[in-house]
Amino acid sequence: MELLSGNEACVQGALKAGVTFFAGYPITPSTEIAEEMAEELPRRGGLFVQMEDEIASICAMVGASASGAKSMTATSGPGYSLMQEGIGYACMAEVPCVIVNVMRGGPATGLPTRSAQADIMQARWGTHGDHPAVAIVPKNVMECFEMMALAVNVSERLRMPVSLLMDEIVAHMREIVNLPEKADVWQRPKLTTPVDNYVHFADDTNFDSALASFGEGYRIHLTGLTHRPDGFPTNDPKVIAWKMDRLARKITLNRSWLYDVVATDTKGADTVICSYGSIARSAQEARFAFMAQHPERRVGHIRLRMVWPFPQFKLVELLRGVRKLVVPEMNQGQLKHEFERAVSPDVEVVGVNRVDGEMLTPEEIMEAL
Amino acid sequence: MDYLRLDDRFPHILCPGCGIGTVMSAMIRAFIELKIDPNKLCVVSGIGCSSRVPGYLDCDTFHTLHGRAIPSASGVKLAKPEMEVVVMGGDGDMLAIGGNHFIHAARRNLKLTTIVVNNYNYGMTGGQFSPTTPQGARAKTAPCGNAERGFDVCELAKGAGAVFVARTTAYHVQQLKNLIKQAIQKKGFAVVEAIAQCPTLYGRMNRLGSAVKMLEAMRDGSIPVTSVKKPEDAVGKIVTGVLWNVDAPEYTEVYQGTMAKAQARQQENQK
Repeated sequence: MELLSGNEACVQGALKAGVTFFAGYPITPSTEIAEEMAEELPRRGGLFVQMEDEIASICAMVGASASGAKSMTATSGPGYSLMQEGIGYACMAEVPCVIVNVMRGGPATGLPTRSAQADIMQARWGTHGDHPAVAIVPKNVMECFEMMALAVNVSERLRMPVSLLMDEIVAHMREIVNLPEKADVWQRPKLTTPVDNYVHFADDTNFDSALASFGEGYRIHLTGLTHRPDGFPTNDPKVIAWKMDRLARKITLNRSWLYDVVATDTKGADTVICSYGSIARSAQEARFAFMAQHPERRVGHIRLRMVWPFPQFKLVELLRGVRKLVVPEMNQGQLKHEFERAVSPDVEVVGVNRVDGEMLTPEEIMEAL
Repeated sequence: MDYLRLDDRFPHILCPGCGIGTVMSAMIRAFIELKIDPNKLCVVSGIGCSSRVPGYLDCDTFHTLHGRAIPSASGVKLAKPEMEVVVMGGDGDMLAIGGNHFIHAARRNLKLTTIVVNNYNYGMTGGQFSPTTPQGARAKTAPCGNAERGFDVCELAKGAGAVFVARTTAYHVQQLKNLIKQAIQKKGFAVVEAIAQCPTLYGRMNRLGSAVKMLEAMRDGSIPVTSVKKPEDAVGKIVTGVLWNVDAPEYTEVYQGTMAKAQARQQENQK
């Protein structure tokens, strides 16, 4: 049993998942992750490097991952903005990596020391161009540990960047946790293909097949330009279409396990609270308190553990017959619109929003029920 | 030729008369003479004309984002210190959008061989002024002459802490090859500025004549650093040769010490 903050638990999750490379730049409220990594990685034979900015951090991370090291960085809103082009590069060149974004209020410098869920849409559409996105949202300290490890595994399996969207509340909150000795760890499969037969982007269904790293004799070429299966740039419309489809298929072929939703009493419910991240705790409390006061009402709760990909098809099933959705968010309603798209137009979708740096209270959510 | 992807990567995209091919050729000759194992070599670039060079090379090649060759290469070198990592890019890529990375890599002193191909303009986008375009020279975004002053690439590298700094031109091909060899052998952040002609854009806009004329101007307008006896000798000239060569602890070696200290610290904490 340990008393850990979310940031500390995140580091432990990363180490458990086999992260050996961290490149970052100090930014509140994520800095403790870098500090802890500076302590932990060198003594385990891993690499910690503080770069000159967030752009350099994501590029160094991508370079290290392409060289075989499980790699991560940690930042917050403004730094996440600076990293967006690099995230797109990791999508295009199909380099696994994890970006932890401890969300704070924005835009610009915004609220460095206060909490928000302000980067939900940035995590989906922050980088230019069509691209797949996976974003995982922990609600407590234990989940910072588990979901960091999950983020590493997902990024390795799909060969793409994954964002872990913590927020200032879960990052700095301390809870007693019992970290498991063992965790599920995805290992990059060993490459046995002869050099002459190797094509870097060959397999269009198993993205987790073995991939070559720099320095293994496969003489690979990685580029941010749209490229052929062998990695070299092309302008051939058919090949461009293949590449873009391939990126999209990483999500569509893996929906069954990427749709990560916790549903409580949604069957037969008239109203469902839809939450994610630290606000799920207020939502849960609100539901209990409300049902105690109103035994005639049936209120369910849906919590997204992954906000991206948005579990549209799963929600269609889970929310059948529901009359009202209440979506509490520490932003001006970024994910509310996605929920609106998942239900029929006659379902009332109510947002409960705060963007003043304060957490939503159960009472505020209850008022909307 | 080893080191070249001859299967279907050619013809290349460079314009007739461009100096970048000469720099690439000198770099490959340096690899050959140093017998660098292509399986342990990664050539990294950003975006621009000279950044397309890695696409023609038969080793690990990493064509990264505009300006980000150096931090991307840093990731490779840190993760696999046993690899030879060479960065190639243009003046715009390395010194404008990538300028911050350039100076901090010099300060960090990670062993990277950095070849800055300086053709005094942004070629890929059509000849806009770059951070090395001399004041007064014409460019697509400076039709009346460049209002800004140009960087001295080598002074910048030296000032930021690079341990090896050299300059030559696409005319001096033997010297270029030798300087790249020395840079690769140097333990630390080594910079070679290779001045190259861009007859299609910069040359045309400034009426510098054909590629041959531009090369002749490099020949006539340069002076070996060993021949500079007083500061006036260098005025208006391209000073060539090894301009700076010092020793300083290399980052991955320093990091080995960090790891040892971290382990000792942990053992002490456990007592």
